[in-house]
Amino acid sequence: MKSLERDLRALRDAGRKLLVPYFMGGVSENWTEHVEAAVLAGADAVEIGIPFSDPMMDGPVIQEAALRALSRGTTLDSICDDLVRLDVHVPLIAMTYYNIVLHYGLERSAGKLSSSGISGAIVPDLALEETEPWIAACDDTDVATVLLVAPSTPPRRVDRLVATTQGFAYASARMAVTGKSEGGGEGERVVRSIRRSSDVPALIGIGITTPDQAKQAAEVSDGVIVGSALVQTILNHASASDVESFIREFRSALDN
Amino acid sequence: MSTNNTYMNEPDDRGRFGEFGGRFVPEALMPACLELEAAFTEAWNDTTFVDEYHTVLREFAGRPTPVTPLTRLGEHLGLRIFAKREDLAHTGSHKINNVIGQTLLTKRMGKHRVIAETGAGQHGVATATAAARLGLECTVFMGEVDTERQILNVFRMELLGSRVVPVTTGSRTLKDAVNEAMREWVTCVSDTHYCIGSVMGPHPFPWMVREFQSIIGQEAARQLLEFGVDHPDVVIACVGGGSNAAGVFAGFANSPSRLVGIEAAGGSAVGSGSPGVLHGMRSLLMQDEFGQIEEAHSISAGLDYPGIGPEHAHLAQTGRAEYYAIGDEDVIPALQLLSEMEGIIPALETAHAVAWLAREAGHAIPSGSTVLLNLSGRGDKDVAQVQAILRGQS
Repeated sequence: MKSLERDLRALRDAGRKLLVPYFMGGVSENWTEHVEAAVLAGADAVEIGIPFSDPMMDGPVIQEAALRALSRGTTLDSICDDLVRLDVHVPLIAMTYYNIVLHYGLERSAGKLSSSGISGAIVPDLALEETEPWIAACDDTDVATVLLVAPSTPPRRVDRLVATTQGFAYASARMAVTGKSEGGGEGERVVRSIRRSSDVPALIGIGITTPDQAKQAAEVSDGVIVGSALVQTILNHASASDVESFIREFRSALDN
Repeated sequence: MSTNNTYMNEPDDRGRFGEFGGRFVPEALMPACLELEAAFTEAWNDTTFVDEYHTVLREFAGRPTPVTPLTRLGEHLGLRIFAKREDLAHTGSHKINNVIGQTLLTKRMGKHRVIAETGAGQHGVATATAAARLGLECTVFMGEVDTERQILNVFRMELLGSRVVPVTTGSRTLKDAVNEAMREWVTCVSDTHYCIGSVMGPHPFPWMVREFQSIIGQEAARQLLEFGVDHPDVVIACVGGGSNAAGVFAGFANSPSRLVGIEAAGGSAVGSGSPGVLHGMRSLLMQDEFGQIEEAHSISAGLDYPGIGPEHAHLAQTGRAEYYAIGDEDVIPALQLLSEMEGIIPALETAHAVAWLAREAGHAIPSGSTVLLNLSGRGDKDVAQVQAILRGQS
């Protein structure tokens, strides 16, 4: 078992609801300070976006963040370089698109992410049927491949996805790309379908915008991923202490 | 070169043509892609569906389109040239063949709405047309830059009862319209079919669109026999994503004919691209050293695409088809040449193929060769742009 799943299971088994915020790598000069602030405020792991020009699974907020990061010259290498100065002790999970790691070289990118302290990767356009080369490239590293389960995924396919995913299962709350949403979505149903065949940690993401939504989602799941709502505050030039308060609100909702 | 029956067959069970193709989509879309593959496979083997497809093409879309000998241009260039007249199909290009197939399939799958992407607007107008004919709701995603360049096509789609959504993300052109259509499809996949306009995207789209376009090559092969031509020496078509080329090549892939695809120099995925993954497929793409997709730039919006269909990437890699690029500067003279010598104003896309033919007659195409030119579309949509360019030159 790779360290990501071990770490998340340990937290889950200790009764903690997991809070995983998303940051776009390289979106601003001080982006690593935002990550540190989030961890200080109680984030259990952090997703780090590596920007791609054509992010098919992302809504307008993360698209905008990706464009801003790219216009600053952000690359996989520059993000890994920035991580050297990051002083946190929670799992880091890369989120990017397949062409970025394919172009860098699958084994080379797995090695680079791993040696930069990243212990997981989410590649949303890498369908189950195409994951094998990437998982093989990560075999000799500590990088876990995290797969998504969607509301549209039929039961038998859910079983195959959770048998293959590493670290945790990413339960999509909605048939939608990343971004703001109202209401509870279908995350609870997706988590129940994951639970039928596995006790791998299951986190709900996509459209978790408010602390209330997070609290509700965590009632059946092991925790939540918060992306666009947080990235929006950063696009609006949030300071590190703004990020800290943002995360504290979610932390408090999950803990009470 | 092998002439065994080995080209342009079905992709493998992962949707690959050699190393290209496949299915690189978010999990949310995978069930829909699998459903579509099953539905298309079943329909395409059902004579009732195939008959209906051919009936609509005949009664509504103006098929078969003729093959016209281009006698004066042939004499001028020292070649024997035939044109397959897709410009005479309803809505003015080959695009109608594909959308009729896909909209019939949409109804068969019990879905009531289609979405589509469009660049110049040809595929959008064709989809809006077929949707109106079959009583489907239709939404077309079009880059904001293109909605401004092709304002009349926007109005046509609206007249046909479709909604046009200007895409304001990224480069605001075709590539972003595809991204936005994919994002929309995630939200409505249970009742909506994504009617992709070219031989691109995740499996089964590249294969399915080629099958719906292969009627071009099948008709042309039969029609050329009536002119005493068993197979042409060269088959030429323009290539953006590559649907008209795939359609005409399909009729000759297993004959000795040379297959030649002409890309725009500013959108040359074979000439200046490298393997990568975009829009659900592994293919040849224009990208930078970090794998970021580059924007294509062409005088013709229909060739303004940084990738190419995966089967073309395979045909290029195996050497079965050849791909060359034509720069913007050669396109208008080619359009004028065909207009003045044959009384046919071609689309700017098609004019790329005419330009290569004119340039290579007596060179890459030996004098006396028999050539089939796929005349993929008519130039009505482009005349205002051509007028502006010619006025600017004088």
